[in-house]
This record gives sequence, C-alpha cells and structure tokens, in this order.
Amino acid sequence: MFPLKLGHCSLNKEIGVIVINSLWQQIPGGFGKIHHITQNGGLYKRPFNEAFEETPMLVAVLTYVGYGILTLFGYLRDFLRYWKIEKCHNATEREEQRDFVPLYQDFENFYTRNLYMRIRDSWNRPICSVPGGKVDLLERVSHDYNWTFTYTGKVIKDIINMGSYNYLGFAENAGPSKIPVTKVLSQYGCGMCSTRQEMGNVDKHEELETLLARYLGVESALAYGMGFATNSMNIPALVGKGCLILSDELNHASLVLGARLSGATIRIFKHNNMQSLEKLLKDAIVYGQPRTHRPWKKILIIVEGIYSMEGSIVRLPEVIALKKKYKSYLYLDEAHSIGALGPNGRGVVEYFGLDPEDVDIMMGTFTKSFGAAGGYIGGKKELIDYLRVHSHSAVYATSLSPPVVQQIITTMKCIMGEDGTTLGKQRIQQLAENTRYFRRRLKELGFIIYGNEDSPVVPLMLYMPAKIGAFGREMLKRHIGVVVVGFPATPIIESRARICLSAIHTKEILDIALKKIDEVGDLLMLKYSRHRQVPLLDRPFDETTYEETED
Amino acid sequence: MDLKQMKDYIYWLYFQYLLVTCSYVLEPWEQSMFHTITITVVAMVVYTAYVFIPIHIRLAFEFFSQIFG
Ligand SMILES: Cc1ncc(COP(=O)(O)O)c(C=O)c1O
Repeated sequence: MFPLKLGHCSLNKEIGVIVINSLWQQIPGGFGKIHHITQNGGLYKRPFNEAFEETPMLVAVLTYVGYGILTLFGYLRDFLRYWKIEKCHNATEREEQRDFVPLYQDFENFYTRNLYMRIRDSWNRPICSVPGGKVDLLERVSHDYNWTFTYTGKVIKDIINMGSYNYLGFAENAGPSKIPVTKVLSQYGCGMCSTRQEMGNVDKHEELETLLARYLGVESALAYGMGFATNSMNIPALVGKGCLILSDELNHASLVLGARLSGATIRIFKHNNMQSLEKLLKDAIVYGQPRTHRPWKKILIIVEGIYSMEGSIVRLPEVIALKKKYKSYLYLDEAHSIGALGPNGRGVVEYFGLDPEDVDIMMGTFTKSFGAAGGYIGGKKELIDYLRVHSHSAVYATSLSPPVVQQIITTMKCIMGEDGTTLGKQRIQQLAENTRYFRRRLKELGFIIYGNEDSPVVPLMLYMPAKIGAFGREMLKRHIGVVVVGFPATPIIESRARICLSAIHTKEILDIALKKIDEVGDLLMLKYSRHRQVPLLDRPFDETTYEETED
Repeated sequence: MDLKQMKDYIYWLYFQYLLVTCSYVLEPWEQSMFHTITITVVAMVVYTAYVFIPIHIRLAFEFFSQIFG
C-alpha cells in the first residue's frame, strides 16, 4: 500500500475499491464525521486528492445571522423607499403598471438591491493594461454607497493579478505571439465580416482546425468565435426532444442554457458524484421516457474538466466507464482544463492518461490558457461535419478574427513544443508547481480551500457576507486583485474568493500574495480550517461497478 | 508598546463585531442605529443580570440550605 496521509487518498491499482474510512479511526483526534473518500481506485492512474472541508457549525450560524441582519435592514430600506422617505435608485414598476405581475419583487431583486449593492465596489473594476501577472486598475469612487461610480482619472499601478484565467500566462503584450499576430493583422485585417460558410473562411481557420485536431488527438475539430456560444448552440444541434441530458449540478451557465434550448429532458446529478450519475443512468435505461416508456433516443452526459467555482476536477475515468457501460454519449467542457492540466497541457484527458477517443464531444475555449478568444469542438469526423452544417454558431456567426486565430495557433504550437522552444513545457510545469505550492501553503496557513490539489483554480472560503466585501477591499489595499464570489454564483452561505494561478506568477509574487492573504486572513479571521473533510458521497461506495454489460 | 497593542486588539475586536454582524457594509446611519440597538440590548441584559441574579442566587442558597440544613 501507499502511505496514507491525512486528507490524502492514494490509490492502489490492484484493489478495485478502497474505502479509507477506517483510516480515521487510527488518527488521534479524528473524531466525528471526518473522512475522505475515494472509490474505484483501479480506474485512476494517479492519486486523486480532492477535498471539501465541512463548513464549521459556528461559522454557518454566524453567516445566517449576518444574512438575517442584512435582510432586516433591507426590509427597512425597502419600506423607506416605498413611502418615498428616501430616494429610490433602482428600477421599479411604473405607476400605471402597479397592479400587474410585479417585476422587481422577487428574492433576487431584493438581494441585488439590498445586499449586493452594498459591496458592489469589489466587482466590475475596469483595468487598463494586459491582464498579465500585474495589472493597472482605474481608480473608482462612489459618493452614494455604490449606486453610482465616478472615475478619479488616476490609475492604481501594479496590482498583483490573482483573478484572470491566464493559466499559462499567454495573455501578454510581448512574447512569442506578438510578431506573428501583428503580421497576420497587417495581412488579413481584423474582422472577417462574413460567416464560415460564406466568405469568412480563410486559410488560417483551416490551419487552426488541423492543428487543433492534432493537439487534442481527435479526428477533426471545429473552432468558433465564442466559447459561450459553442456550448449554448451546439448542444441543441446534438440533442433534441426525446433525448436525455444528464448534467452536473454545477455546470457552467452556457451548458445550462444549451441544454435548456435543446428541448431535451434534463436531469441533474450531484456534483462529481458517480453514484448519483449511475442512478440516473440506470433509471433512464430501465424506465425510458416518462409516460410512453419508450427508450431515450440519446443520452448525453455533460461534465466540465475543471469546475471554476469549486476547483474540482471531474472524475473522468469513472464517467467514461459509466458512459461505456450504459452506452451513452459524453460531452466534456474543457474550458478551464485545456492547457492547464496534463503533463503536455492537453487537458483532463491527458491528466488521467485516457484516450481522447473515449470522449465523444471535446469542447473547450481559447479564452483561458491560450489568451485569445473563441471556443472549439473536437471529435469524430462525422460529428464535426455534421456540426459544420447544423450548429448555429458555425452557420450564422461571423468567423474568428484572423489575429485571434494566429494567437491561438502560436500559443498552441508553443504548448506543443513545435516552435522549437521549451517555453510551453516550462510554463505548464511552472503552473503545476505554482498550484501545488500555493495550495499547500494556503492549507498550512489554515484557510479552507476547496477542490483538487492539481487544480489551478483555488477557492478560498469566506462564508460571511460582510467578509466578501472586506476581503476584496483589504486585498486591493494591499495591491492584490482577487475575485470574490457570492450568491447566486455559489450556495448562499459558501461565499468565497477565487484565486486563479498562472504560470507567470513567480515564486516571489506568490510569496508576497501569500503574505498579504495571511495578513488579511488574520484581520478578517478567515482561518476557519479544522482539517475536517466532508464525505464526497452520500451513498455507500460499493454500488457502482464499471464492467460493461454484455449484449 | 503595550497600550498601542491593547488599542489595536480592541479595534480588531470591534472589526470582528462589524464583520460578523454585517454592520461593516451598512451605511453610517444604519450602523449607528444597529449599534444603538445592540448597546441597548446588551445594557438591558447586563442590568437585568445585575438586578436579578443576586436575588436568585440568594433564594437558591436559602432553598438549599433549608433542604440540607
Ligand atoms: C466551463 C465554461 N464553459 C464555457 C465558458 C465560456 O467561454 P467564453 O468565455 O470563451 O465565452 C466558460 C467561461 O467562463 C466556462 O467557464
């Protein structure tokens, strides 16, 4: 056996299923519901260490108290606004529509008006430089408690950027892609003014798609001008009425939108929970469509590579095994994982050492690791040919801008090592190192960190609503830019700061950031961690087997 | 300096109170209203405790001394 450590689950290939619950009984102080779980170890070629620490009870209670107080004050303010005692800044129903169905009365509007508004200064800050390792920020002030902002005209320089999805650091205004991109710009101009099917298809697009297919290890690939539209327009092209979509509960809005637009039946499984997925698959096969009980035409499982709010990595080996067992299709959104995971930056498939053939639809974006714009789909040639004529974002949308295509090509070649340098490789390694280092240090400092230890997205839990605003402001005061996230992007009590690591962060930058986070953590009492892990799965582990059925 | 440390610590405690109760994000007039309410409540609790606890303790003491004594 491998040595087992607290919060670790090493996997053993010989033993199919390892349950490490019993481990905790040997650890002094390991009381209560502490455990960390893995299963189907044989499917993994590497340790899969993913942890979600339980919310401490006191913190949860205090968080609810905080929301309670804010809600009370929200009602007070709404009352004052209603009786015109104070000026109302937000949208309201017009006088003549008073008796209609109210538009601005629901909880989300209440939340925006009375909770979000108070800490709005931590979001939507305009920057005025490349979003590289350091950024410049426009200074902004509000004289009416965040209802309006004015710019002072000053620039806050050299904020350490811990918020951009610039995993490999290719969002830069120098470096390998600068000259090729300017060349392409002077040759082709900026916009194509036509769709791919008409006059918008240039040789650069073809070059990109060939390269992309090679990079992904698939037969064929198709690039689009926007990642969001890639999801939301291609899912409807693939499935429709009479089909079933099994979607992870934390899937990105674009996937949710695509699934809804498709008209297929949607069922949601618990985040990264294979028992839940298998149950849905089983039910889908056994019962078929509701009422008619005809079999589903297609079953499509939709997962993401790295979940950008949880920092978790999909349990791809298990998903693929399930997909094979139940003969369904798999749609994998690699928006965050492409470039950022795997020894050669080829995403989760490479990270787990799997075969790209096993994923039916490989989707990803160029907006993150490649520092460009757009999205792609890779897969079998028939699939891509079909999408080329049936997907709305391929047929109706203007094609990718050539300089952007060049940026993607250059960075992709750099990652593949085809430009004759080792820059890409170095950056991938640097990112992996930064990730491990940063996550380990944050854990040592006592913060609650979610997600997989290899994920460059690091959610740092804040919980209390006032701390969302305070963390953003205090970090900015110390010249560090982080993204803070609250409801509705997260469950209401699990507000967090999301730190995205990059290959261009040097060790010095990371150490400065860690020092400041430590400082702010003490100031705001954010070091909640008691090193307890929540069970990832609610059901017993030995219910899932991955043998393909014979038929 | 000790005095400065004390001051810092008290300020830190006050900051924690602001954060936990979310009065950190309230506007000044709401904040003063909130503080007034908390201070009133705390003062009332303390006063009640001061007035009633000694009486209760004395009664309890008499009760038990009657039983055992
Ligand atoms: C999982 C996922 N899919 C799709 C997208 C959309 O990509 P784009 O920003 O290129 O439109 C994002 C962007 O944040 C994402 O996180």
